[in-house]
Amino acid sequence: MKDKNPSVSLAGAAVSTGEKREHKPPKRKKKSFGLSGRDRKKALLTMPYMLPSIVGVLTFFILPFAVVIYYALIDNTSNANFVGLENFIELFGNAAFKKALRNTGMFSLTAVPLAVVLSLLLAILLDRQIPLRSTFRTIFLSPMIVPAASIILIWQVMFDYNGIINDVIALFGMAPVEWMKSDHGYLVAVILFLWKNIGYNMIMFMSALSAVPKDILEVAMLDGCGAVKRFFMIKLRYLASTIVFVTIMSLINSFKVFREVYLLTGDYPYDTMYTLQHFMNNTFKGFDYQKLSSAAIVLSLAMIVIISVLLWADNRLGRDLEE
Amino acid sequence: MTDMKLDLGARAVHTRPRRKKKKWAHYLSIFLILAVLAGFAILFLFPTVFTVTNSFMSATEISANYGKIFTGLGVSGDGGRVYIGEKVNLQLIPDKVSFSQYSTVLFKSPEYLLKFWNSVFFVLPIVVFQLAVAAGASYAFARIQTKFRAIVFFAYIILMLMPYQVTLVPNYIVDNYLGILNTRWAIILPGIFSPFSVFILTKFMRRIPSAMVEAAQLDGAGEWKIFTAIFLPLCRSTLYSVAILVFIDYWNMVEQPLILLTDADMYPLSVFLSKINEGDTGIALAIAVIYMIPPVLLFLYSEDYLIDGISYSASVKG
Repeated sequence: MKDKNPSVSLAGAAVSTGEKREHKPPKRKKKSFGLSGRDRKKALLTMPYMLPSIVGVLTFFILPFAVVIYYALIDNTSNANFVGLENFIELFGNAAFKKALRNTGMFSLTAVPLAVVLSLLLAILLDRQIPLRSTFRTIFLSPMIVPAASIILIWQVMFDYNGIINDVIALFGMAPVEWMKSDHGYLVAVILFLWKNIGYNMIMFMSALSAVPKDILEVAMLDGCGAVKRFFMIKLRYLASTIVFVTIMSLINSFKVFREVYLLTGDYPYDTMYTLQHFMNNTFKGFDYQKLSSAAIVLSLAMIVIISVLLWADNRLGRDLEE
Repeated sequence: MTDMKLDLGARAVHTRPRRKKKKWAHYLSIFLILAVLAGFAILFLFPTVFTVTNSFMSATEISANYGKIFTGLGVSGDGGRVYIGEKVNLQLIPDKVSFSQYSTVLFKSPEYLLKFWNSVFFVLPIVVFQLAVAAGASYAFARIQTKFRAIVFFAYIILMLMPYQVTLVPNYIVDNYLGILNTRWAIILPGIFSPFSVFILTKFMRRIPSAMVEAAQLDGAGEWKIFTAIFLPLCRSTLYSVAILVFIDYWNMVEQPLILLTDADMYPLSVFLSKINEGDTGIALAIAVIYMIPPVLLFLYSEDYLIDGISYSASVKG
């Protein structure tokens, strides 16, 4: 063990012997949140500063969400009979909802890992002294700046049956594909999502990579630890928390791919491009509050579960690093 | 410790001859990295550059090149599109640079420009007031920790992570109740209270050393003084980066107007652009370019702030 990786264990030892003792007391203090007289006064004095925000959030998000829960449990707004979970059962029997849920789920499952891996790859490539480093960074970030609506015409030109993508494919001897009106539409959405989101993720990874302690890396290098090994043994552990956060952000942004899809194909796209937001939009148009509310609740519960699992994993990994 | 030193010395001797040999390998690896990066860079730049160059084509050139695609697109989404064997001619550089599209947009049909101002009047109030509200809230969150505030802050994080599919339903209910659906306020008011900037600003403000606050208090400074004379000036660059992130987010919005507005005349340009129909492809390109100018300028002047902002947001924890 010692021969294999002395640098890491050395650094670990330094942390555990030296700093652990110093860290403990303030931690205990933080947890108790004991409000002495002075603190209570301080809390009261700063209260007015957060009041506008709290009132706004309560008014526009939290309180109406209580109404959403109420709507999800009644039959309709005029009768207001309590029907229990009937709306939810109906929702899961709804073909459009199931299709939207499956499409969005499938999309997120492919697009999010790809976005995380590709942006990490770009961040690693840029995490060294190479010429034009900041130019590349600017270029990769640029799709985030350009409004989706502005480049939609070009996507249409590219993915059209007579478009450039099919021309390129033809070079490899493949048959042209009807991109927007076939199962391949799903692929178009993935490409648009990656194009838009990789830069943002890459910046997060770049800042995390630059925060990896240099001394540990140097010691590892002197010990003959190769670049690949350095990455997997050291950097990846420091990146764990960022990977989790980038995954969460990508997941949330994957729900926004509706923008591009909507701008490309309108309210009723080809089946594989019908996302949850399409479902919500069309339900809004039908003023079906019960369906809307139960869908919002199902979605928020799903998001809370997924995010909690990710954060829990992050906590486990983080603790591993501190010890 | 002495063992360690000896060990390091021995290795240093070993590595020296090795490094010379590897010099060409080093250059080769840099070359390969640059090649990969350049490949990605072309893919990333292509759509944007293409939109810009094509906006300088004349109407006839555009319909000659892309008429195949956009014919009949406006009728029913994809309606009467007929495929003939001809290829679409994707052309990067226009045959003849023409400003006719721009002059049409700017002088002959101002209705498109009106949509541009729609976007401005949505986004500016949201950016200004969201920052003002968030700065106060973050100050309170950062200045003192109580159990209550920890819970509220956690609720903010959860809310921040909720997709539009969830948050737009409560927004709609309140807007409807207040009778502001289909007005500017339907989008602006919920936008002002979006918890995203509270999250980033609080994280930054928590790093301000409490010694500074205590010193100011000894000098008799009250909360308002601490807020305006210490916290806000120290946060200036963070406020700027948050403002850019919020601006980009709302400049790009599509979901909110589709649901909260019914009157298409009120749509921001981001939604309206997709509604411009086939005969106007050239105009659409020119508007698309005009529409990307504000965020692109903002980006070019303040890329470092933007990057700082993204970096600050990069973790849920302190």
